[in-house]
Amino acid sequence: MSTTTIAKGITSGLRAAMEKDPKVVLMGEDIGKLGGVFRVTEGLQKDFGEDRVIDTPLAEAGIMGTAIGMALRGYRPVVEIQFDGFVYPAFDHIVSQVAKLHARSLGFVKMPIVIRIPFGGGIGAVEHHSESNETYFAHTAGLRVVACSNPHDAHWMIQQAIESDDPVVFYEPKRRYWDKGEVGDGPDGALGSARVLREGTDLTLLAYGPMVKTCLQAAQAAQEEGRSIEVVDLRSLSPLDEGAILASARKTGRVVVVHEASTFLGIGAEISAMLTERAFYELEAPVLRVGGYNVPYPPSRLEEEFLPDLDRVLDAVDRSLAY
Amino acid sequence: MSDNEVAPLETAFGVDHHVTTAEAPERPAHEGGPEMVQLLSPEGERVPHAELDALVDELSDEALRGLYRDLVLVRRFDAEATALQRQGELGLWASLLGQEAAQVGSGRAMRRQDYAFPTYREHGVAWTRGVDPVNLLGMFRGVNHGGWDPNEKNFHLYTIIIGAQTLHATGYAMGVQRDGDVGTGDGARDTAVIAYFGDGATSQGDVSEALVFAGVNNSPVVFFCQNNQWAISEPNEKQTRAPLWHRARGFGFPGIRVDGNDVLAVWAVTKQALDAARSGQGPTFVEAFTYRMGAHTTSDDPTKYRVSAEVEVWKHRDPIERYKRWLTTTGTGDAEFFDAVDAEADELGASVRERCLSMPDPQPSEMFDHVYASEHPVTAREKEWFAGYHASFEEEGAR
Repeated sequence: MSTTTIAKGITSGLRAAMEKDPKVVLMGEDIGKLGGVFRVTEGLQKDFGEDRVIDTPLAEAGIMGTAIGMALRGYRPVVEIQFDGFVYPAFDHIVSQVAKLHARSLGFVKMPIVIRIPFGGGIGAVEHHSESNETYFAHTAGLRVVACSNPHDAHWMIQQAIESDDPVVFYEPKRRYWDKGEVGDGPDGALGSARVLREGTDLTLLAYGPMVKTCLQAAQAAQEEGRSIEVVDLRSLSPLDEGAILASARKTGRVVVVHEASTFLGIGAEISAMLTERAFYELEAPVLRVGGYNVPYPPSRLEEEFLPDLDRVLDAVDRSLAY
Repeated sequence: MSDNEVAPLETAFGVDHHVTTAEAPERPAHEGGPEMVQLLSPEGERVPHAELDALVDELSDEALRGLYRDLVLVRRFDAEATALQRQGELGLWASLLGQEAAQVGSGRAMRRQDYAFPTYREHGVAWTRGVDPVNLLGMFRGVNHGGWDPNEKNFHLYTIIIGAQTLHATGYAMGVQRDGDVGTGDGARDTAVIAYFGDGATSQGDVSEALVFAGVNNSPVVFFCQNNQWAISEPNEKQTRAPLWHRARGFGFPGIRVDGNDVLAVWAVTKQALDAARSGQGPTFVEAFTYRMGAHTTSDDPTKYRVSAEVEVWKHRDPIERYKRWLTTTGTGDAEFFDAVDAEADELGASVRERCLSMPDPQPSEMFDHVYASEHPVTAREKEWFAGYHASFEEEGAR
C-alpha cells in the first residue's frame, strides 16, 4: 500500500504495463521529454526510449490513425489526447475505424488501443480544455469507455485497459490529478465494474470521474442532517455495470446521477431510462440528474455556475427525498 | 453539353475554364508531362529509360506473360462484377476499368511480407496478393463489411472513408520499424508498406498527416496515388493547384509520376520505391497517371460531368492493348497464349458469378458477433433478446 496522486497512479500503471509487455507503446504530443502537459508520462521516455514513448507530430487524426496501423502490426498503443476538446480531429478514426475493425474483420483484427483523455472542467482553462465528451464514445458500439476517480483505480484501471483486447477510451479527471490516496495491491473488480464507495440506505448518488469526490462530500454533508447516502462510482460508462446500479437503486429506492457533461442525452439519461424500464416499481422517486447545462462549456469565470457542486447535488437529494 | 457532342480538345481539357484568377495554376499536363516515366508508348513501343531498363530486363518471359494474364483476368472479374450489379446481385460496384496496369504493376512489385492498405477499388491489387476475388464482393453484396483476414495475404480490408487508410499504412510501417524489419539486407525480412488512394483523397487532411508522419519517421511506406483524373464528378483542378507528385518534396521525400496505364513502368517505379523503403531510405510518393474509364461507382453517371472526347483519348491509351502489342512484337506472347488467357478469363467470370450468387446471407444474429473482442453485457443482452423475439414467431407459427 502506498500513497500517491491520480496522475502518478496512472504513470506507475503505464510503467508497469510497459515493463510487462514490450508491445505497449505510448503515442502523443509532448509526452516525451516534457512528460505530457500534465506530466503523466514523466520519465517514461527516458526509461523506455523514443521508440516506445513516441512524441508525435501535432495532429490528432494522425496520432489516432497511425495508432491503428501500429495495432494492426501487433502493438498495443496508448494514445494521449492532450485535452478533451482536442479529440475531435481524431473522432473519425475512433468511431469509424477503431470501433469497427474487429466487427468488420469478423474478429480477425483486434484493436487493443487505449485512448487517454484528461477531461472535465474546474481548472480555469480557456475553451476546448474543459469538456466532458464521454457520451459520443459511449454511444458507439465497439468502444469501451471508463473513467477513474482515485489513485488506486487510476493505477489499476489503466493496466486493465491496456490488457483489454477491445479499444478503451480512458477518461482522467484532470482537476483531481493531484488528489492523493492509497494504492492497493490489486484492482477492485474487473474493468467494467462499478464500485460502492460509501454505503447508505436513503438514496444513491451515481457519479464518475471528477464528480465522485463532489458526491462523497455531499453524502458527508447529508449525513450531518441525518441522511444516509450511498455513493457508487460508476467507473465504466460502456458498459455500465447495470447489476451494481440496479442493486443500489433497489436498496435505496432513490437515485440521483451526477456528471459534468450536459444532461441532455448524457449518461444520466441512459441510467434513468434503464432504471425506469427495469426497476420502476422499486423506485420511490423519479431518477434525477445533476449535470452541466446544454450550453457550450462556458468561459472559466462562469464555470462554477456550470459545474455541479455540493449545493446542487444536495438540492437534488432534497428533491428526491421529498417524493 | 451532351455526351454525343465532341468537344474541341482545348475545351475538353482546357486549362482555364474553372479558374477565376488571372494567374493560371500550374497543373499536370493532360499527357502527364515530360517528367512522366513511361516504358511503353500507347502504341506498344518500348520507350528506353536509362535507369529502369535494367530492371525490366530482369523480368522473365513467363513473368511478362504473367502480367498480361493478370491484366486480362482482373478486367474480366471487374466486368463480371459490374454485370452482377446491373442484374441486382450487388448493391454497388466500384469499377477499376482503365486502372488495371496501375494496380497489377504495383501489386506485382510487392514481396510476400509487404503489406497493402487499399481503398475500395483495389480489386487488381487484391488479385496480385492472392485474395479470393469473391471475397471482394461481400461488402458490395451486403453480406459483410469486409470478409477476409487481412493478415492472411497482407491485404487490409477495403476502406471507404477517403484517405483514412494512408494513416493506417503509416502506423503499420512505424511498427515494422520497431520490429527491426527494415534495412537488414535480408530480402525475406525487410518489409515495405504500400498505401493506395486516389487523387480526390489528396485533398483529405488524413493524407497530408500520413505524409507528415511517414516523413518525420522515415517510415518504409510507399504512397501510391492512382490519379484517375476524377473524384466522382470533380476533376483534378477542383482538388489541387499543383501536380500531385510534387507534394512529396514538401514532406521531405521523393515523388515520381509514372504512366499508370503502362504496366512495365508502374512495376519498375513501384519496385524501386518499395526497395528503397525496405532498405531504410524511407517513403516515396508515386503518382500513377491514369484514367477511370467508367463511373466512380455504378451509382453515378459520368456523362453528366465529363465529355466523351476525353474518354476517347484515354481509350487510345488502354493498358491491355498496348501491352499486348508489345508482347506480340517481341514474340513474348502469341495467339495461342492470348486465346488461352481469354478462355481462362471466361472461366473466372463464370466461377465468380456462380460463387457470388451462392454467397449466403449472414445469419441475423451474426450482427451481434465480433462487436467486441470480449463479452459486452449490452450486446450480449440484445443478442439474447433478439433470439427470443424471433423464437416467439416460430412458436406462434407452430400453434
